[in-house]
Amino acid sequence: MSEKIALELGLEAEEYQHIKEKLRREPNFTELGIFSAMWSEHCSYKSSRAFLSRLPTEGDCVICGPGENAGVVDIGDNKAAVFKMESHNHPSYIEPYHGAATGVGGVMRDIFTMGARPVANFNALRFGAPEHPKTKHLLSGVISGLADYGNCIGVPMLGGATGFDTQYDDNILVNAMCVGIAQQDAIFYARAGKPGNQVFYVGSKTGRDGIHGATMASASFEGDTDNRPTVQVGDPFAEKLLLEACLELMQTNAIVGIQDMGAAGLTSSAVEIAAKGGVGIQLNLDNVPLREPEMSAYEIMLSESQERMLVILKPGKEKLAMQIFEKWQLDCINIGEITDTKHLEVLQHDEQQAYLPLDMLAQPPLAAPTQTTTSSTPKATASVPMQADARECLLKLLNSPELGSRRWIYEQYDQTVMGDSIRTPGADAAIVRIHGSTRALAVSVDVTPRYVHADPLEGGRQAVAESFRNLVASGAKPLAITNCLNFGNPKKPETTGQFASAIEGMREACIALDFPVVSGNVSFYNETRGHGIPPTPSIGGVGLIDDITRIPGTGFNEAGDAILLLGETHGHLECSLYARVNGVPDGAPPPIDLGAEKHNGAFVLEHIRNGGIRAVHDISAGGLIAALAQMSLLGGRGAVITPPASHIHPNGILFGEDQARYIVTCSPEDTDKLLEAAKAGNVPAIWIGTAGDANLTIEGVTSIALKDLREAFESWMPNYMRSN
Amino acid sequence: MSIAVITFPASNCDRDAAVAVEALGGRAIRIHHSETSLPDKLDAVILPGGFSYGDYLRPGCMAARSPIMREIKDKAEAGTPTLGICNGFQLLTEAGLLPGALLRNRDLLFICREVHLLIERNISPFTRLYRKGAVVTMPIAHKDGNYYADAETLKRLEGEGRIVLRYCNTEGDVNRDANPNGSLDNIAALCNDAGNVLGMMPHPERCADAVLGNTDGEALLRGLLEA
Repeated sequence: MSEKIALELGLEAEEYQHIKEKLRREPNFTELGIFSAMWSEHCSYKSSRAFLSRLPTEGDCVICGPGENAGVVDIGDNKAAVFKMESHNHPSYIEPYHGAATGVGGVMRDIFTMGARPVANFNALRFGAPEHPKTKHLLSGVISGLADYGNCIGVPMLGGATGFDTQYDDNILVNAMCVGIAQQDAIFYARAGKPGNQVFYVGSKTGRDGIHGATMASASFEGDTDNRPTVQVGDPFAEKLLLEACLELMQTNAIVGIQDMGAAGLTSSAVEIAAKGGVGIQLNLDNVPLREPEMSAYEIMLSESQERMLVILKPGKEKLAMQIFEKWQLDCINIGEITDTKHLEVLQHDEQQAYLPLDMLAQPPLAAPTQTTTSSTPKATASVPMQADARECLLKLLNSPELGSRRWIYEQYDQTVMGDSIRTPGADAAIVRIHGSTRALAVSVDVTPRYVHADPLEGGRQAVAESFRNLVASGAKPLAITNCLNFGNPKKPETTGQFASAIEGMREACIALDFPVVSGNVSFYNETRGHGIPPTPSIGGVGLIDDITRIPGTGFNEAGDAILLLGETHGHLECSLYARVNGVPDGAPPPIDLGAEKHNGAFVLEHIRNGGIRAVHDISAGGLIAALAQMSLLGGRGAVITPPASHIHPNGILFGEDQARYIVTCSPEDTDKLLEAAKAGNVPAIWIGTAGDANLTIEGVTSIALKDLREAFESWMPNYMRSN
Repeated sequence: MSIAVITFPASNCDRDAAVAVEALGGRAIRIHHSETSLPDKLDAVILPGGFSYGDYLRPGCMAARSPIMREIKDKAEAGTPTLGICNGFQLLTEAGLLPGALLRNRDLLFICREVHLLIERNISPFTRLYRKGAVVTMPIAHKDGNYYADAETLKRLEGEGRIVLRYCNTEGDVNRDANPNGSLDNIAALCNDAGNVLGMMPHPERCADAVLGNTDGEALLRGLLEA
């Protein structure tokens, strides 16, 4: 072997030297392949680990934080929510349909590997500018891939976030999130147990697809399509069978440990399961079920064929397991055993193909720290013109990629299968009932990349705060988050600076809001020809609703209801959608007051629970007026709004993106009570109008018929997808 | 009342159907497709929605050859009420228990949304608790729900009054705008000539629980349970 081959496989020259020194010999080709996969950024987090350790991962509700297949939180009643978000960015750009589909499949396996039944899927998607020649093709392929996979499994896709920006033209983002529910006393981990335990391979057969996918995901990317063979092919039918078979096996007390074969396939699952247990593992590749003949040890170890798991069975339970997998028409085959060698030993054709120390595979030398440039100084203040016509700005935003309805997307997702979808896409957060109970989970996926790009620290705080707000607005107590941190090339000081600052912002918000991180994923190298994406830390927040009869409305449902504005309005227009629609470059994002976020959120939750608040919506992109328009559309009623008297320009009041704010409605009789409670609780609150009219009227500014709002909101995406 | 709910490989509304039946006081007996017989004392059979065999070849095509299907055909021919929902409807056409076929949707995309349905006939047991001519709302969730039959078959179905539900608008008008998937004559559900086998694309089991905001499907399931 030579250094040249090591470099071709994606290892660094120093890493190759390190391997030779530690092994005191030349690694063979298969061994080098195993190192390159295990030490890839994707599997090892070698560039990000030091930063990630800053994130708070503990809290009252946390049962299992980062480090396992997914995070686990206590949701009461001996039940746990198990969730995780993962990127499938590079594969989805190369082959949008299968790239996206296998993203859903992979993250669902992370959930049911732990013994949880997946109950809802989500996604965070970023595409290039709509007018970019590839965007439409990528969008329709990604959505079909996500939809076909999730729909076939029969897990509702309940929401997400989709954005468009020219900075993603050559690096789209496809982040898939899955939430599952398990019994707290039946959660499964990647455990090997004692030497002598038998290792079983279950699921689909192994083919030559996706070889070295993990390495691809860890290199920057020239955007061409000659990487096709590294994209995996998904088979949701096999995954559905695997899901049912695994959950059935998990009921039988037969499993010591179980690990999904995700990135780096058999290699990473075997290494992770054995390294964690401080034991060894021997694999006999002659027994691995193959889809194609004569696959080499290298190919079998690095294949990323989908829908496969590694299971360590308790002695004597082998026959039971085989019967269950036979019922579901899947392979269940003994391919090795746990040993005491502390090595990964790979056999094929009666020859040893690899013999490597597990501690070395599991712990790559950390990447030399890249110089970071602090990038948290906001850009210079841009001056935002105030004279724009409010009506025109609102209709333009509603009829644009920024705020246009995503109905064209979400109607392709089965949202109602499983019979527990209380709130489907279109509102602040999705709500899914905990099956058979009167409680529910709320889930929201958020990030505002323009804020993070302008100021990673503030943007990191904002992403977490918005997730918190969306859960509160659904009547849920926010519990914990998962994240998917999409950034550019970590070898560039600017990227590392963005990463460090965004993490710091998230850390502050998570601590302040008691909203720990329980799982996550890092996707670096979202860069093509030297151009990186805006930093995009997608946040998936999960909250708990104690009583499903106390879920607030989302819109103006009742004519005559009073409309109140909670939180402070400063008219922050820099970096807002108003600025963008008026052609002003992004300035500094709105500052986040984490104390106010927590305080205002607690007030809203309390008054949802005691019935004082009828409907809630948080105020985010597009400001007050966008939130009012959304509530009008959701409730099917307009409103008459009296903007508060203020020194702030009306456009600042209407379009400012000040944080920690909500619109709430209450019955006219409850108005004074709610305002007094706010005053007593030190929550800024003012009456701004009354719900129920055919128009959304902002007195002294504009009056827009509901049907014009709806036409603007609903037509952008279908028209775009129909256009040539 | 005992209702068998069949699970084919990658059925995914089997649990939902069983939960809805039990919530209405019925007994749901879960049957795996590899079985070859059904319990003797059985009041009805539900073929649930999903993607049996991953829709490989054609939706419902492989499941129609499952071991349990011979028994289901015998029971259906002997008069046992048999309800096929979504993939179950596709399967009934593939098994020859209902005429016609369900093609890819007109716009070639999966569609999940609530649709309005005209109760064209109130037949026993399925739609007997609805008023003929009523408009109800149920969710659809399918990629292949575009009902097709040749002209002669269609004429016969219409003549024999076997069209049970049609896609319509809120006013009950049956027109192209109200047709989500391109089905001929806006057909959403039809029955066999004896009236005991019903295939429908909409999902009554997803709208039989007030918490989910719609209970229009409850009467259909109750009709089956209280027959």
